[in-house]
Amino acid sequence: MDYLLSLIIFFPSFGALILGIFLRGENLESNNNAKLLTLVSTIAPLIFSIFVFYNFNSSVTGFQLVEEYQWLMGLTYKVGIDGISLPLILLTTITMPIVIISSWKIEKNVKEYMICFLILETLILGVFCSLDLVLFYLFFESGLIPMFLIIGIWGGNNRVYAAFKFFLYTLLGSILMLFAVIYMWTVSGTTDITKLMFFDFNSSDLKLLGFNINGGIQSILWIAFFASFAVKLPMWPFHTWLPDAHVQAPTGGSVVLAAILLKMGGYGFLRFSLPMFPDASLIFQNFIFSISVIAIIYTSLVALMQKDIKKLIAYSSVAHMGFVTLGIFSMNQQSIDGAIFQMISHGIISAALFLLVGVIYDRMHTKDIDFYGGLVSLMPKYALFFIFFTMANVGLPGTSGFVGEFLVLLGTFKVSKLVTIFASLGIVLSACYGLWLSRRIIFGNVTNNSLLEITDLNRIEKLYFIPLIVLTLFLGILPYPVLEITSNSVDLLVSHLAQNLK
Amino acid sequence: MKIIDILILAPEILLIIFSIIAILTASFFKSNKSYNLIFQATIIIFLFSALILYLTPFEIKTNVNGIFIRDTFSKFFQILILLSVSCLLFMSKQYLQKNKLFKPEYPILLIFSTLGMMLMISSNNFLLLYLGLEIQSLSLYVVSSFRRENYKSTEAGLKYFILGSLSSGLMLFGISLIYGSTGSINFEIISSMIKHEGFFPGIIAGLVFLICGFAFKASAVPFHMWTPDVYEGSPTPVTAFFATVPKLAAIGVLLRVLFDCFGQLVESWQQVIIIISVLSMFLGSIAAIGQNNIKRLMAYSSIGHIGFVLMGIASGTDKGVSSVLIYMVLYIIMNIGVFVFILNMERNGVAVTTINSLNMYNDVSKSQTLFLTILLFSLAGIPPLAGFFGKFFIFNAAINAGLSWLAVIGGIASVIAAFYYLRIVYLMYFGLSSDPLSGKMPTAHWLILSGSALLMLIGIINLYGLEKPSFLAAKSLIN
Repeated sequence: MDYLLSLIIFFPSFGALILGIFLRGENLESNNNAKLLTLVSTIAPLIFSIFVFYNFNSSVTGFQLVEEYQWLMGLTYKVGIDGISLPLILLTTITMPIVIISSWKIEKNVKEYMICFLILETLILGVFCSLDLVLFYLFFESGLIPMFLIIGIWGGNNRVYAAFKFFLYTLLGSILMLFAVIYMWTVSGTTDITKLMFFDFNSSDLKLLGFNINGGIQSILWIAFFASFAVKLPMWPFHTWLPDAHVQAPTGGSVVLAAILLKMGGYGFLRFSLPMFPDASLIFQNFIFSISVIAIIYTSLVALMQKDIKKLIAYSSVAHMGFVTLGIFSMNQQSIDGAIFQMISHGIISAALFLLVGVIYDRMHTKDIDFYGGLVSLMPKYALFFIFFTMANVGLPGTSGFVGEFLVLLGTFKVSKLVTIFASLGIVLSACYGLWLSRRIIFGNVTNNSLLEITDLNRIEKLYFIPLIVLTLFLGILPYPVLEITSNSVDLLVSHLAQNLK
Repeated sequence: MKIIDILILAPEILLIIFSIIAILTASFFKSNKSYNLIFQATIIIFLFSALILYLTPFEIKTNVNGIFIRDTFSKFFQILILLSVSCLLFMSKQYLQKNKLFKPEYPILLIFSTLGMMLMISSNNFLLLYLGLEIQSLSLYVVSSFRRENYKSTEAGLKYFILGSLSSGLMLFGISLIYGSTGSINFEIISSMIKHEGFFPGIIAGLVFLICGFAFKASAVPFHMWTPDVYEGSPTPVTAFFATVPKLAAIGVLLRVLFDCFGQLVESWQQVIIIISVLSMFLGSIAAIGQNNIKRLMAYSSIGHIGFVLMGIASGTDKGVSSVLIYMVLYIIMNIGVFVFILNMERNGVAVTTINSLNMYNDVSKSQTLFLTILLFSLAGIPPLAGFFGKFFIFNAAINAGLSWLAVIGGIASVIAAFYYLRIVYLMYFGLSSDPLSGKMPTAHWLILSGSALLMLIGIINLYGLEKPSFLAAKSLIN
C-alpha cells in the first residue's frame, strides 16, 4: 500500500524500459510482442487505480496515500491523491489501454511508438499525483518530449510544423510558470503543495514601472501560472496550436491529447491558481469569464465551418474547455464539481470521437468531410456509435456531457446571469455543428463511389468503443460516483476560498 | 620552497615532469609505437593527477609564498578539467589516426594547456594567473591550426591567435591598472585593501578590462567573434576540446577573480556580467538558428550556455556559484557526448559536418539517434533530463538574488534555443531521407555517447551527488 501511487506512476515506464532493452527486431512477431507488452503495462495501472478507487476514503479531507522522500536541494518527491486528482487518474488509466488497442494497426516503428505512449502515461499520472511544486513542473513539462515525437514521427503531412508549434508554444507557456514556481519557493521556503495551499502570498497592490498592479505579487504569479495552463488547456486565444496538433497527430496521439493532456490545464487551475492565489483569482474572474464565453461561442462558430473532421472536433474541444474554466472560476461547489465532471466527460467523449475519426481515416486515408456521406447505409454500427457520441458531445440529457455542462451553468448562474446566458448559447451552437457534421457524414446519399467498399467496425474496434459508451451512459444517468469522490475536496477548496476572500 | 609546497604542487609537478619525458621520448623514438605509448601514458597521467587531487588532504588557502591556492573550489575545477581532458584525448585518437594527425605534439600540447589551466584556477596572484592563461592559450593557438595543410584550420589558428593576444593585452592592461591603484598583485591584499580603504576608479577600470579578457576566453558576447570560425576550422577533436575544457578554466578563473579578489565589489561587476550574460544568451540562441554546420551550431550553443553560466555568476551568492559549478559539470558531460557523435559523422570515409546530412539518421542507427536526442533535449534544458536542473539551479540562484527579470530573459532565450536543438531531432527522426551517413562508431565511442546520455537521464534522481561538493566548493571560494 505504501508504494501504490509510485507503482501506478512508474509501472508504464518500467514496461517501456523492458520494451526498449529486451525487444529486438522489426518483424511481425516482435511488433506483436511489443503491443502486447504495452497493453499489459497499461492495464496493470488500470487495475491498481481501480484498487485505489475502492480504497479511497471520500470522507477524509486532504490527501491520501501520501509518499514522501527527500530529493535534491531540499525538494521532495511527494505524491498523493485527493478527490480532484483521483477522477483524472482514473480517466488516464482507462484511456491508455484503449489508445493502445486502437493503435494495433500501426506498422511503422512500433516499438518506439509504444515506448513514447508508455512514458507519456507515466508523466501524465505524475502530474496528477505530485504534491511537490517542482516535481509537478517536471512531470508537466516532460510530457512535451514524447508528444513532440509522437506528432513528428507518426503524424500527417504537415507534422513538422505542428510538432514545432506544439512544442515551442507550450514550452514558452510553462517556462513562465517555472519562474513563478521558483519565486514561490523563495518566498515561502517550501515546495510542498499541501503547505503552499495555506500560504498567504502577498496581495497588496504593487507599483511596477509606473503601473499599478491590483493584487500585487499574487496577480503576477497568477498570470505566470495562467500562461502555462491557458496554453495547455487551451483557452481562446491561446488555442491555435491545438487544431494543428490534432490534425497532424496520429489517432492515438489525438486521443491522449484531447482526453488527458488538455485536462492538465484545468487540473492546474484547481490545484494552484484557486487555492494559492485566491485574491488574484477573484480579480481575474471577469477576465476568465469573458475569454471563456468568447471561447465557447467563437470556437463553436469556427467549428461549424471546418472542412476537416478532426479540426472540427478540436475546435469543439476548445469550446468545451471554455465550460471548464467558467466552472472553475465561478468558485462555488456546483460549478467546480461541474468543471471536474465536464473534464472527465469530455475526456471520454472526445476520446471516442477521435477514435471514430481514426476508424474511417484508417480505411479511407482522408479526414475531409466532403469526402464522406451516407455512411449510415454502409456502416450502420459505426453510424450508431457516431450519432451516440455526437449527441453526448452536444450534451444530451442522459449522457455524461449533460451533467457537466448543466452543473457548470447552474454554478455560474449564481455568480453572473449574463455570462450564463451567453454560455448557454454554446450548447445550441454545439448542437448545430454536431448535427450538421453527422448530417454530412452519416446521413444523405452515398455520393462518393470509393466509399462503397468501406467495411463496418470490426471486433477490436467494437471492443474499445463499448467501455466508452458504458461510461458515458453510466455517468450520464448516475453521476453520483464521481461527484461523491470530488465533493469533499471541492468543499474544502470552496471553504478555503471563502475564508481567504472575506 | 619548502617540502610541503612540493607536496601541494604534486599534480602540477607531475605534469611538468611527464611533459619533459614525453618530449624527449618523442624526439628520440620516432615510431608510431612510441607515439601511441605517449598518447596512452598522457591519459593515464591525467587520470592519476586527478586521483592525487581527489585524495590530497590539503585545504590550504594560500601557499608557496602566497601565490598558490589549493582549496575545494580549485580542486573541483581541476579534477573536472583533468577528467574531461583525458576523456577527450581518448576520444580523439581514432580521428587523428584516420586524418594523419597522430603526432606526439598533440598530447604534449594538451598537457601544457591543462597545466596552464590548473595554475590559472589555483592562482592567488595576478602574475601566476596571467602566466597560466598564456601557457594555456599558446598551446591552444598551435593545436587549433594542427591541420597545417588545411587553410581553414590555419585560419582558425591565426584568428584565434590575433584575437587572443588582443584579449591578453586587455587583461594585462587591466592588471596593471589594478596594480597601479593598489600596489599589489596579490588577491588577498587587494581584497583587504578594498575592504578597508574603499575602492579607486582605477580598480573598476582594471576590473572591466579583466572581465573583457575572461569573456574572450569564455567566448561570451561581445568577445565571441572568434568562436564559430575557430570551431569550424579546427580539427573536430580540437573543437571538442575548445567547447569544453578552456570554457571550464575561463569560468573557474573568472569566479576566482570576481569572488576572491573583488568579492567586495559585487554591485560593480554585477552590471557588466549581467549585460554580457543577456547578450550571450540571445546571440547564442538566435544566431544558431541559421547554421548549417553542426560545429558552428555547437559554437553558438556554447555561447548561449556561457550566457546562462554568467547569469549564475551575476547573482553573486554562494548559491549562484554552486549552481554554476553544477551547470558546468552537466555542460561538459553533454558536450562530450555530442562531440563524440560529431567525431564519427562521416560518409564514405570523409568527415561530414553539415546538419542536413543527419536526415533520417534514425534509419541508420537507432541507438545513436536516441542517445543524441536525449543529449539535445538536455542541452535545450527540457525536463526530466539533467540539463534542466542546470538551468533550474541557475534560475533559482538568480531569482533568490533578486534578479527575476534576468531569469525571465534567460527563459525566453532558452525557448528560442530549444528550436535549433529540436531541428536536429526533427531531421534525425522525421526529416527527408537523403544520402545517409555511414553511422559506424567504435564501441568505446558508443559507450561514451550512451554513458553521457544515460547520465543525463539518471541525473534527475540525485544529480550524481554533485550538490554537496559544489556547495562546499562554493563556500570555500566565497569565505
